[in-house]
Amino acid sequence: MIEITNLSKTFTLHNQGGVVIPVMQGANLSVARGQCVALTGASGAGKSTLMRMIYGNYLAASGSILVDGVDVTKAEPREILQLRRETLGYVSQFLRVVPRVATIDVVAEPLLAVGVDGDAARARARDLLSRLRIPERLWSLSPTSFSGGEQQRVNIARGFAHEYPAMLLDEPTASLDAANRETVLTLIEEAKARGAAIVGIFHDEAARDRVCDREIDVSVYTPQAA
Amino acid sequence: MTPLLKVQNIAKFYGGRIGCTDVSFDLYPGEVMGIVGESGSGKSTLLNCLAGHLAPDRGEVLFETRSEGMKDTVTMSEPERRMLSRTDWAFVHQHARDGLRMNVSAGGNVGERLMAVGARHYGDIRDQAIDWLGRVEINESRVDDRPTQFSGGMQQRLQIARNLVTGPRLVFMDEPTGGLDVSVQARLLDLLRGLVREMGLSAIIVTHDLAVVRLLADRLMVMKDGHVVETGLTDQVLDDPQHAYTQLLVSSVLQV
Amino acid sequence: MSDYNFAYLDEQTKRMIRRAILKGLAIPGYQVPFASREMPMPYGWGTGGVQVSAATLTPDDTMKVIDQGADDTTNAVSIRKFFEKTAGVATTEETAEASVIQTRHRIPEEPLREDQILVYQVPIPEPLRFLEPSEVETRKMHSLEEYGLMHVKLYEDISRHGAIATSYAYPVKVEGRYVMDPSPIPKFDNPKMEMAAIQLFGAGREQRIYAVPPYTQVVSLDFDDYPFEATKADAACDLCGAEDSYLDEVIMDDAGGRMFVCSDTDYCCSRRKAGFVGAKGTAFEEDAA
Repeated sequence: MIEITNLSKTFTLHNQGGVVIPVMQGANLSVARGQCVALTGASGAGKSTLMRMIYGNYLAASGSILVDGVDVTKAEPREILQLRRETLGYVSQFLRVVPRVATIDVVAEPLLAVGVDGDAARARARDLLSRLRIPERLWSLSPTSFSGGEQQRVNIARGFAHEYPAMLLDEPTASLDAANRETVLTLIEEAKARGAAIVGIFHDEAARDRVCDREIDVSVYTPQAA
Repeated sequence: MTPLLKVQNIAKFYGGRIGCTDVSFDLYPGEVMGIVGESGSGKSTLLNCLAGHLAPDRGEVLFETRSEGMKDTVTMSEPERRMLSRTDWAFVHQHARDGLRMNVSAGGNVGERLMAVGARHYGDIRDQAIDWLGRVEINESRVDDRPTQFSGGMQQRLQIARNLVTGPRLVFMDEPTGGLDVSVQARLLDLLRGLVREMGLSAIIVTHDLAVVRLLADRLMVMKDGHVVETGLTDQVLDDPQHAYTQLLVSSVLQV
Repeated sequence: MSDYNFAYLDEQTKRMIRRAILKGLAIPGYQVPFASREMPMPYGWGTGGVQVSAATLTPDDTMKVIDQGADDTTNAVSIRKFFEKTAGVATTEETAEASVIQTRHRIPEEPLREDQILVYQVPIPEPLRFLEPSEVETRKMHSLEEYGLMHVKLYEDISRHGAIATSYAYPVKVEGRYVMDPSPIPKFDNPKMEMAAIQLFGAGREQRIYAVPPYTQVVSLDFDDYPFEATKADAACDLCGAEDSYLDEVIMDDAGGRMFVCSDTDYCCSRRKAGFVGAKGTAFEEDAA
């Protein structure tokens, strides 16, 4: 489902004397349906960078990233958008939404985007929000005013609303209480069970051991500073 | 899927100065493209060339017309182009007063495009106008008020209703949230996002506000001194900018 | 007579105006620009109509001038005298006798014939003007037949007054092409514009001439659910009893007393001569009034 071959990444800082920083070289990764792969490595090793490249958020310098047959490194913006809409979900650590939109609609939006009708989408959103223990009285409010932990759970609900065949999870269990952590892990297991290919970053080792089939240490792809 | 709009090598010069040059891109149905750059970067010149308000000195603007397929709007006859701009195109101005008739009621403003394409039943026109006022969150009771009695945000929403009533397929927007309070901006952005999705609109949005494009635009085009310096997926361009100017632009945004 | 060129204007000017008239007749409803001359009267008193009349008159013509339907108001009398003096043509107050009729704000009640010419005085020839101030833009709208805006005006009328409240200068579409301002005639007169006579329109200050040839289609704009209505006061003339003529309301005293009389004085007189008497009228006497 996700096939990464010989991927490298550099940052060029034009406004700081044109410094070129190589951050990744020769990365390879393959994730099949129903598999969950954890990215490991110290802070700054490039875990998030790799996730972002898979999502098309960062440009690759060379190599290829095939997601469901689409090479993200070469695809047109609209192809990547279609991929993100239908195939590739991403739960980031931060919630980014239009102010003023109700939580329930924030969560339902990915479903509306793939053509699910409004009632069905909101039903699914309600189900996820209650599983993640967001009090019902908050559903009609914008999540921009929520606490950090609530925002993260809204973000997870949104990420799991549509059943993406491939998912990227960036610290999905960080700063969650035990009950919500359990819910998220269950959601991940459900996703795997229906055949989703998952790439995740988990600092929570117990969580990693429970849901991940393999670990990839990203630091082996970090170029040695010259 | 064929593009709705195919822009090829557009250039516009003001005497010896470059307005914009070598601009090419394809816009697909349902896509929203943002054009960012500082004042004088050529983004408004480009938008005006695309929307038929300015005649480019070079290049083609091919639009997928309903009856004749791809057609160059630069060389098509003026009546045809003006017909497009009343039906399949919409243009949302930065200043609502440039896009509204200030001495005509809200209902008349929304109804004008319908009447322009031949609607001759008062009751139907009024019903549609009221329906559209509702969709842009303007109360029905304001249908006979003039835009001069509206707040800035309401005027802008009225302008959007007036533009979308004929079900256009391509919307040009020039700084649609410029000059509005941030709270009003957020409401407008939310509204625009909803309409874009519901109606499957394609849109080209010119702005210097990076937050606006992040929320509204699928793709981004960065302009400087009349040239396109970078294009790509909006979040990719903003999070991993490749060109020196884009990096400067992104790093110059004030954090709140 | 030797003091004036025939009909005041020099021959070259009359030729210029006739060319504009002919062009106007060739393109019914289209506003033809012309080099309007200074006339010995203020703008707004009929300088356009006078120039068109001057270019139209021949020594054999008989002229009638009406203002709001009346032959005896200051403006009508002055213009009639002007042509008596500068052209030496015969004048009349009888519609049927006239070959050229200059009018302000009315069409005579009596149907006109093929051998007659009706000359209108026009203050603002551009029907789109009040909604679109730019002349460049209105000309483009005419050339591209973009007339949606005209209906916006009618829409505004209905939304504000519950009906199309425009009661004079009611816009028309001529021969299915140009939207035209019929000059400030009451909309009661609009249906009469499909007539046997030639209709010429002159706007002196705005420097425009336009025309409607005989038997040309003239349609008053409207909505399907608010059709055009040629309305008049719901009364009969108190002098001659006519129920089919356009009426002026005359306030008689401070106690609310009023009467309705035909605005077309010749029409009213000729009816009274024929023996018709209205509710407040008396039998016609030659020296009355």
